[in-house]
Amino acid sequence: MEQVLQQLINGISLGSIYALIALGYTMVYGIINLINFAHGDIYMIGAYIGFACTTFLGMGFMPALIVSMISTAILGVIIEKVAYKPIRKSTRIAALITAISVSLFLEYGMMYFVKAETRTFPEVLSSKNITLGNFVFNNKDIYIVIITVVLMLVLQYIIHKTKTGMAMRATAMDSEAAQLMGISVDKTISITFAIGSCLAGAAGVLVGVYYNSIDPLMGMMPGIKAFIAAVIGGIGIIPGAMFGGYFLGITETMVSAYGYSLYKDAVAFAILILMLIIKPKGLFGKNVREKV
Amino acid sequence: MSVLKLDKVSIAFGGLKALSDISLTVEKGQIVGIIGPNGAGKTTLFNLLTGMYVPTSGEILFKKNDSIKLNGLKPYKITSYGIARTFQNIRLFGDMTVLDNVKMGFHSRTKCGFFSSVIRLPSYYDEERKVNEEAIEMLKILNLESKKDELAKSLPYGEQRRLEIARALASKPSVLLLDEPAAGMNPNETKELTNFIAWIREKFDLTIILIEHDIKLVMGICNKVYVLNYGNLIAGGTPEEVQKNPQVIEAYIGSEGA
Amino acid sequence: MKAINKKNIITVLFILLMYAAGEIMLRQGIIDSYIEINIILIGINIILAVGLNLVTGFTGQFSLGHAAFMAVGAYTSAILTAKFGQPFTVAILFSAMAAALAGVIIGIPTLRLKGDYLAIATLGFGEIIKILALNIDYIGGARGFMDIPKYTNWTWVYFMVVISIVVIKNFINSRGGRACISISQDETAAEAMGINTTKYKILAFVIGAFFAGIAGALYANYFYFIKPDSFGYMKSIDILVIVVFGGMGSIAGSVVGAIVLSLISLFLQNIPELRMVIYAVILFLIMVYRPQGLLGKGEFKLKFLKRRLA
Repeated sequence: MEQVLQQLINGISLGSIYALIALGYTMVYGIINLINFAHGDIYMIGAYIGFACTTFLGMGFMPALIVSMISTAILGVIIEKVAYKPIRKSTRIAALITAISVSLFLEYGMMYFVKAETRTFPEVLSSKNITLGNFVFNNKDIYIVIITVVLMLVLQYIIHKTKTGMAMRATAMDSEAAQLMGISVDKTISITFAIGSCLAGAAGVLVGVYYNSIDPLMGMMPGIKAFIAAVIGGIGIIPGAMFGGYFLGITETMVSAYGYSLYKDAVAFAILILMLIIKPKGLFGKNVREKV
Repeated sequence: MSVLKLDKVSIAFGGLKALSDISLTVEKGQIVGIIGPNGAGKTTLFNLLTGMYVPTSGEILFKKNDSIKLNGLKPYKITSYGIARTFQNIRLFGDMTVLDNVKMGFHSRTKCGFFSSVIRLPSYYDEERKVNEEAIEMLKILNLESKKDELAKSLPYGEQRRLEIARALASKPSVLLLDEPAAGMNPNETKELTNFIAWIREKFDLTIILIEHDIKLVMGICNKVYVLNYGNLIAGGTPEEVQKNPQVIEAYIGSEGA
Repeated sequence: MKAINKKNIITVLFILLMYAAGEIMLRQGIIDSYIEINIILIGINIILAVGLNLVTGFTGQFSLGHAAFMAVGAYTSAILTAKFGQPFTVAILFSAMAAALAGVIIGIPTLRLKGDYLAIATLGFGEIIKILALNIDYIGGARGFMDIPKYTNWTWVYFMVVISIVVIKNFINSRGGRACISISQDETAAEAMGINTTKYKILAFVIGAFFAGIAGALYANYFYFIKPDSFGYMKSIDILVIVVFGGMGSIAGSVVGAIVLSLISLFLQNIPELRMVIYAVILFLIMVYRPQGLLGKGEFKLKFLKRRLA
């Protein structure tokens, strides 16, 4: 029982990471129907910026986190303007391949600069164990969960209570109508990329702190996993992405804990496929009938 | 003799009834008009007849040699039994040539399989030649032959409508469903279309059901008219009878006008 | 229209001539082993791309799991030739059929999905197959499968390329092929025209898988050694890139795409650190400036490539 609860804590930490990345996927897909394959790489770059800030500039955890979030937000906007804007009207497949090309560019561009080897993230948060009854929490677990929850609350606030958020929701629903109502669609899309990327950047730093190691290809798998999380919750739906992230993180940790760690990715993909077949609009999505 | 018989057919989408208890029969060789305000459920009725939707309750019977129950059959199956349709918003295969579009209509009547196509057995050549000839014949009849190698999407609107009908006719249907064939046409074109519909009915020995907003067209050629309103069948009869029906007048003009 | 006509005779002669030219150059040592490896790889990529083009280009079904079928073929052939000492002909045949069977199993549940969802589901299936291969000790697991006999040569690859092109080309220009193309144009209308869309989507998928299986067998029996990681989604993406780069819905495009992309990556081998970065930039520029691919939907007429054998 204790073992299960301990794994649950690990699962929640991993789930937080997935959830943060999944939010960016889901927001971008919701607004321009693009599977942004490069999103996982923004998370990787976030981790490297955090690494640079702490190792070379000697920053503490919070300043490094904030610098990384701001930088990845800017990077997200640049990517959107340079790479995705020209192909907004293209076919789906052209858009997908463009996203893949951006992803390769970031991965191997980064590899060129920082080399392929794995780096060790410095211990910016001293590892402390907190005992609560029978359980041992690590303070890093608490940091991850608290930061994730705070970021999600801020995101919910932006989306539901601000004008920008309203513009985002309107553009996601019908970008032409939104344009006619005086919303600057270009600006809204840029903001969506900025917010999504900044969350991914945060996830990158958190992962660096939590697992201590980073490398240029670290974004590939978590990127796809986060996409799976977004699909589980229903793509385009923000609470869905959060739920999907936690669900996937916990499931994976449990699968590993019971000795099937070699199959944890396969389980994630199997969940994805089952989800797509049984309820393609996700757990939180409404099934819409195509009009004939 | 009736070819189509609907018995208390209903369909609901998420609890919302789009059509309720529709019962009607269509006699062989007739031209039947379905009219009604927007959102009355006319196209939904077509989607039920062609298997795109499955009715929540009720029965749809198609009489060819014996009675075939259509509920729950896949659209391609229904087409192979001899019901073909056109779409309100024209759904051609835009990047295929005009000729290939018509050839698609032959699909359910031909049978050349994977192996004879790949190995190019004599049966492949025979069938291809036959399909080619018949498709060109069909284009001639519909006066589209000169455009046979053009892409369907490059045709002007009126010709696209005609090509869609040609494609449907190529499947040799006994019942043809036309969804707003006169949409977007001017009075002259509509008049031509009216004659054209009457003519293909004779030529191909068809039963035609059409959805139309152009009352003149409907009253001009239909033997029978059914009126839908809010998913209910509110009237049915000859054009004259329907025109006099107070419920119909109310549905169209609103209660104050009646 | 008859099977034996002037055009077909010329095409067959052209095919044989190209084969003979290749064979002579190999025997005379004009083509060294380094070039030979690349020619073999190009041939394998052509088979993969032509198959995927049928699925994605012609039928409009977006697949990101094509490499998995290659994996099924590669491992089947490796097992049959290395562990059971079967001749290559038997191994290729079974590899193709095993991959086709995998195509049926994966196609039936996934092909009801559309667009991006289908892409992700096929990617998922592909990764599952890879993970299974990683965990089966019998086939070497993560270490890979070693000591596979080398049977693949210019003759095998060349004629497999020809067969895959002819089969798919002939299929496209037939009743079934038109049905597939119509599905990519408008699935609802296709169904209304009497086309069993599910059947044709699965058929296209299975044909694609069949040839990917052959490509896998050729690959395994050329390089002595295979490992699951060679068949991950990055390989699937590589194949998709060839198809899109050459032109979706153009067989000639897939052939040209495979050749040109291989040449580009050959040239980039001199600067290994920047190879992938430049590759990414080229890909991006093509998507922005020529999204329909090099040849669009066009095909070469007669003389140049084996257009149709009709």
